[in-house]
This record gives sequence, structure tokens and C-alpha cells, in this order.
Amino acid sequence: MAVSGIVMVLYLIVHMIGNLKAFSGAEAFNSYSGWIRTVGNPALPGATTLWVIRIVLLVAVVAHFWAAISLWRQAKRARPQGYVTKKPVAQSYASRTMRWGGVIVGLFIVYHVLDLTLGVANPEGYDSTPYERLVASFSNPFATAFYIIALVLLGMHLRHGIWSATQTLGQSNKRRERTVNAFALVFSVVLIGGFLLTPFAVLFGVID
Amino acid sequence: MTATREDATHVGSTVEPGRGMHLTLRVWRQPNPSVKGKMVTYELDDISPDMSFLEMLDVLNEHIIMEGGDPVSFDHDCREGICGMCGVMINGMAHGPEQTTTCQLHMRSFKDGDTIDIEPWRATAFPVIKDLAVDRRAFDRIIQAGGYISAPTGTAPEAHSVPVPKKDADAAFDAATCIGCGACVAACPNASSMLFTAAKVSHLGLLPQGQPERNDRVVNMVAQQDREGFGGCTNIGECSAACPKGISMETISRLNHDLLGALRAGARPKS
Repeated sequence: MAVSGIVMVLYLIVHMIGNLKAFSGAEAFNSYSGWIRTVGNPALPGATTLWVIRIVLLVAVVAHFWAAISLWRQAKRARPQGYVTKKPVAQSYASRTMRWGGVIVGLFIVYHVLDLTLGVANPEGYDSTPYERLVASFSNPFATAFYIIALVLLGMHLRHGIWSATQTLGQSNKRRERTVNAFALVFSVVLIGGFLLTPFAVLFGVID
Repeated sequence: MTATREDATHVGSTVEPGRGMHLTLRVWRQPNPSVKGKMVTYELDDISPDMSFLEMLDVLNEHIIMEGGDPVSFDHDCREGICGMCGVMINGMAHGPEQTTTCQLHMRSFKDGDTIDIEPWRATAFPVIKDLAVDRRAFDRIIQAGGYISAPTGTAPEAHSVPVPKKDADAAFDAATCIGCGACVAACPNASSMLFTAAKVSHLGLLPQGQPERNDRVVNMVAQQDREGFGGCTNIGECSAACPKGISMETISRLNHDLLGALRAGARPKS
């Protein structure tokens, strides 16, 4: 759970910074997209780097889901009969939404790839530039709303996930606990804030 | 007896009539493990706010016995907050609204006219024996799997021959305050016993005497808690908030640290 999560978070940092290229205009954004496909050339053939990243991410996503489903099933087996009355005392909203939030974020990723990478679910189709697909997607209020909801859920997922990973890897202690939780919050807000800049820029016509 | 207020068993007075609290109790009744249980409602009058929660249950049972009924089974032993026997779920919180044991919870924590739900710990690894009493022997088996040290017998060694840093001694003692009550499992949304096992692992693993078995201890105790059917830890924090001894989430991180180290060092659980 922790290791696969960290792999995905590292990718998200790069992804968020890459997205900000949209503010440098269509050309910069499209050439960045082209660069990802040719990085390492000519030493490496074709889109080798991109495919390595894709495979690592796919393995991480599958491992993360597998671990989450195992924990979910284990929890169900560990308490088949619930309480008539149960009052949460310490749990955060973020920790409570890890499972369903994770499923929604997973579904979002599928849509996200179909929309912006493959262009199948995009009004501009596959024969378009990444920038055109980006603008077309965020011009649709439903697509934008789904994006925002998924990203906010992802932010909460990370808020608990970063703390939880620190615990799982045995790197937390009483002194660090506050720092880890504060870092998790600030990191999630900055990362998700960075991702949300683009759809809001399209919405307010900064990017068109 | 049914679970409606109208036909609830109405029981008599214990303090000066009219001076005490009136309570509606909804108690889990289950005659034995093979029968499906249900919540049964009782009305109780004139409860003193100075009573402990267990004394209130004693009063309830006296009245039930007087009326020829079967008293509510609940576990209890020392009644001074150190044995860990009296775990019950009170209004959805392990040991009720205060962070203490049920015997140290007083009726002044409730208001006159309150409805109080009382349920047993719910976990596959803690099967209900009867009513509110559950079988917590799974914890004993986790301790058997690694909660020991090897020490030569004979005359007690000179205490100063094995120095223990104050910081380690304090942290080990904090972990050692665990009374094995099971509130962590009861409160955990995953029914995980991680805080309990972590407390036991930390308590011995922080001391010099616990070092020889440190790696085997952690892998065997974790393997045993999985075998008992507890859930997995997702670091929610309900356990620590419910722990009557306030054992911190830090112990869980320490267990994971030991576990990763032990696995790297090649330690594997005994099958």
C-alpha cells in the first residue's frame, strides 16, 4: 500500500508540474507532450521512457488496488456483525473516505486516460493536439465537475495516505506525528491546487 | 422481553426515591454463541451519579434476578482500572465517553433520562460467550507467540549491570501499560489488533533484555494476529483514542519498523 502509493505520488508531482505548461501556451504544452514521447532518443528507441513510466504506474495501480481489496476483505471477515451504535472518536473524514474515494479516483483515472491520452472520450478525438483535447475537455462543465470532485477526493486520499505510509514504513513517532500530518495537509493542498489551476483557467478563459 | 420501551422491564429504586437518575438501557442479550442476539430495553430508576458503570449494571442485574430473569453477563475483575476485563461498547464508544475502563467510568458522565446502548466488543477473533462477555484468548495466543524474553534463572542480577536509557525505559513503560482490554480492536473500523500487538512488541523490543528475540518476536506476533482473524491496520487512529492507557500510534510505527527490519534480516514466522 505504502510503496505503490509513493510511486504514484512521485508521478503526480511530475504530472502536476507538467500540466502547468498549459499556461505557457499551446505550443509549449504540445512540445512538452512530444518531448515525453522522445526523451532518451536516440539512445533509446521510440517512446521507451514513456512506456517504462506507464508500466511502472500500471503495476503500482494494480498493487495498490490489490492491497486495498485485501485489507477491505480482511476487515469484513474480522467484523462480520457490526455495532448497533458506533461513534467515531478520532477518525478524519479523509481516512473514512479512503476506500470509496479510492474507487472513485480509480474510475476517474480510466476516464481521464480515455479522455486526454487516447482521446476516445474527447470531443476532439484522437486526431488532435493534447492542448486541443485539454481545452475541449474542460469546456464541458460535467467533465470539469468530475475532474474537480476526483481531484478533491485524491487530495483527501493523500492527506491520510502520506501519514499512513509513514506509519506503515515505520518512520513515524510522537515527535514527528504533527509534522508528518502538517506536511501531508500542505503537500495535498499544493498538489491538488496545482492540478485545479488548469480547469479553472479554462473556465475563466485564461486558457483557450 | 422485547426491544420496545413500552414493555421494557421496569425496575425499582436504589437511592432516595426521586433523587437519582432515570436511564433507559438497551443491552445486547445473547444466551450463547450459537443463538442470534438482540438489543433488549430496560428502564432503571434512581441511579446515583456516583456509581461506576459496573455498579449500575449490578443494580440492573439485582432487579432482573429479583424478577426471576437471567442477569446480564458482563466481564469484570479488579474494578480499579488495571485488569482489562470490563470492556463493553457504551453508546458506540469502547468503554464509553471517557478514555478509561468501564469500571472507572461513572454515571456522572451521563445525564438523567439518557438512553445508553451497551454492546459487546465485535470481532471474529473475540466471539461472544454470553451477552456482553467475549472470549479474548486470541490476545493470549498473540502474547504466547512472542511476548517473552529468555533470561537465566537464579539470583536476581545487579540492576545497574544492564543500563537502560531513560527515554527507552519511559517508552517501554508506556507500551507496557497495555492491559489487553481489547478496546483497540473494538474501536477499530477494521477490527485490527495492531495497537495491542505493537504495544507488546515495543514493550520488550525497547529494552536490552528483549533484544535476542526481537526479530522473531515481531514476525511471530504479527503472524499470530493474522491467524486469529483480526483485520489489517489502516492507521485511522480510533484505537489510540479509545485506549484507556492512551497508548500512542507511535507504537504501531515502531512495530512496522521492527517488522521491516526483521524481514530484511531473514526472520520468518514459525508456521
